[in-house]
Amino acid sequence: MATRPVYRLFAHAMLIAASLLFLAPFAWMVSTSLKHESRIFSKPGEPPQWIPRTDRIDANGNQLVTYQDQTAVNLGRNEDGRYILDLDGSQVSASGEEFVVQQEIELHWENYAEAFRIIDFPRNLRNTLFVCFTVVIGTVLSCSLVAYSFSRIEWPGRDLCFILVLATMMLPYQVMLIPLFVLYKNLGWTGTFKPLIVPAFLGTPFYIFLLRQFFMGIPQDLSAAARIDGCSEFGIYARIIMPLSKPALATTALFMFLFQWGDFLNPLVFLQDDRQYTLALALQQFQSQHESLWGPLMAMSTVITVPVILLFFLTQRTFIQGITLTGLKG
Amino acid sequence: MTRVERRNTRNALLFASPFVLGFFVIYAYPLVMTFVYSLQRYNVIRPPVWIGADNYHRLLFEDPRFWKSLYNTLYFTAFSVPLGLALALGLAMLLSLKVRGQAIYRTIFFLPTIVPIVASSVLWLWVLNAQNGLLNTTIEAIFGVQGPGWLADEHWSKPALILMSFWSVGGPMVIFLAGLADVPQSLYEVADIDGAGPFRKFRNVTLPMITPVILFNLVIGLINSFQYFTQVYVMTNGKGEPVDSTMFYALYLYRNSFYYLDMGYGSAMALIMFLVILAATVGVMISSKRWVHYHGD
Repeated sequence: MATRPVYRLFAHAMLIAASLLFLAPFAWMVSTSLKHESRIFSKPGEPPQWIPRTDRIDANGNQLVTYQDQTAVNLGRNEDGRYILDLDGSQVSASGEEFVVQQEIELHWENYAEAFRIIDFPRNLRNTLFVCFTVVIGTVLSCSLVAYSFSRIEWPGRDLCFILVLATMMLPYQVMLIPLFVLYKNLGWTGTFKPLIVPAFLGTPFYIFLLRQFFMGIPQDLSAAARIDGCSEFGIYARIIMPLSKPALATTALFMFLFQWGDFLNPLVFLQDDRQYTLALALQQFQSQHESLWGPLMAMSTVITVPVILLFFLTQRTFIQGITLTGLKG
Repeated sequence: MTRVERRNTRNALLFASPFVLGFFVIYAYPLVMTFVYSLQRYNVIRPPVWIGADNYHRLLFEDPRFWKSLYNTLYFTAFSVPLGLALALGLAMLLSLKVRGQAIYRTIFFLPTIVPIVASSVLWLWVLNAQNGLLNTTIEAIFGVQGPGWLADEHWSKPALILMSFWSVGGPMVIFLAGLADVPQSLYEVADIDGAGPFRKFRNVTLPMITPVILFNLVIGLINSFQYFTQVYVMTNGKGEPVDSTMFYALYLYRNSFYYLDMGYGSAMALIMFLVILAATVGVMISSKRWVHYHGD
């Protein structure tokens, strides 16, 4: 769109304003996670405190204040309600408006230590990573195989069957959840990681779709040439299609990892013992048992969020391409 | 069938075998069983008992909470989906002006969508905290008035969740952005020649050209909104309080199935959910014939 400078300026102003609104919750999370308990709950009318600060005090625990550009010690109020300040050994009285309480930045990392005391972080992290990696491997393997069948081999009824794959994508998960729970319970799988992991090896429609779209774009001549050379179908899959599809495979792995990292419903329904909990489930349990420990709660939320944000920044291009690939080119 | 065709079909089936199994075990069988369980009284521990349509009768005629949960979900959907899409489109349009730093803004708007939902829900629980949350302390500092109780107030709890849902419009926004990039530049040039201003260009060029993308985002938005669960589970500790004002459909379904272990009842709810989503999707698709314009590629 051709844009006049005045629109550009307007757009900039709007984008900056919107960005600040979108970033504010993140900043608030990190800020709260580093605040001392006493600073988390604000006084009425006080604006939100973004940078964790505490009042400066001297060795006797008295507030340090700035009075007439000098540092003084606040010794408290006298009987008329005025403050007594110690200014280099001489005492003066001042009203509350005449001085400013000195503050310093103080980061309270003990919120993180407290959070790690309440939940068994190493164990929950290990569980999460185990489930994430297994599910990623299962998904990439199964979905690429199935997508290969729907894009690189001609067979009767292929397109009709593919519509069936797309249709399953529209099924709400809750519709399958109860019978799946009963099935896994009868198999003795509830309370283990199996209900989270095994389905990944059976393919996920969304990623079958994504990979099929990508495989379709690879020239069929490559397969034809390999077939003439006597290469088996599996050989073509493993040695030609897979190496050429690294970007799509990376997108699949990335999306699946992020989904699994944050998944809540499956761990909630299928896991029983808190020693098996994933980080997402552990955070929810933590919240339900210690609702007002906002410092440690925000610390834990930060800990769960930072890895995915880092991952996102490292893989941003793969990410946006993947979304638009699946979203539009259907 | 020729030899090649036979070999191809055998190979195709072999390659597709994970999902052939998956289709029957994870989709087809559970879908049928949900219907079967919905006609039974079943608590997993004791064998199921056939009770015909009793679960449906109970749901539709004896359970005001069912209707409340449906109402809450529709209320939430009616506001969060259209307003969320409008916001997503607005941001995408600002980004498509190709101002400097576009990639940075895009990243900022997209970031909330990758945060684990449990973490963002705990965070928003704190942002929306009536006394000390970011939102109300800001309102009080700027306007000098006490903000609403948000999640603690039955009249404000759904608006609070709708507000929170706007934080994750980055997904549809990215898709809108790609759709906007696909609008042929020549159309804008023609509009320029005709002397169209920015508003008319939006109304007569941009909007009609991106209707397929609006349709896509709308359908996905509806399907997701009906299944809204994790946020409300985390933020109300699975209770849907205050006064059932956040008892959403999927939450009530979960409570019936896994809290009260009334699997038959839960299955009936699941089946109704399926039908409601199906009806909504089909309805949108039928109406789309009148408002979606496909331009030939």
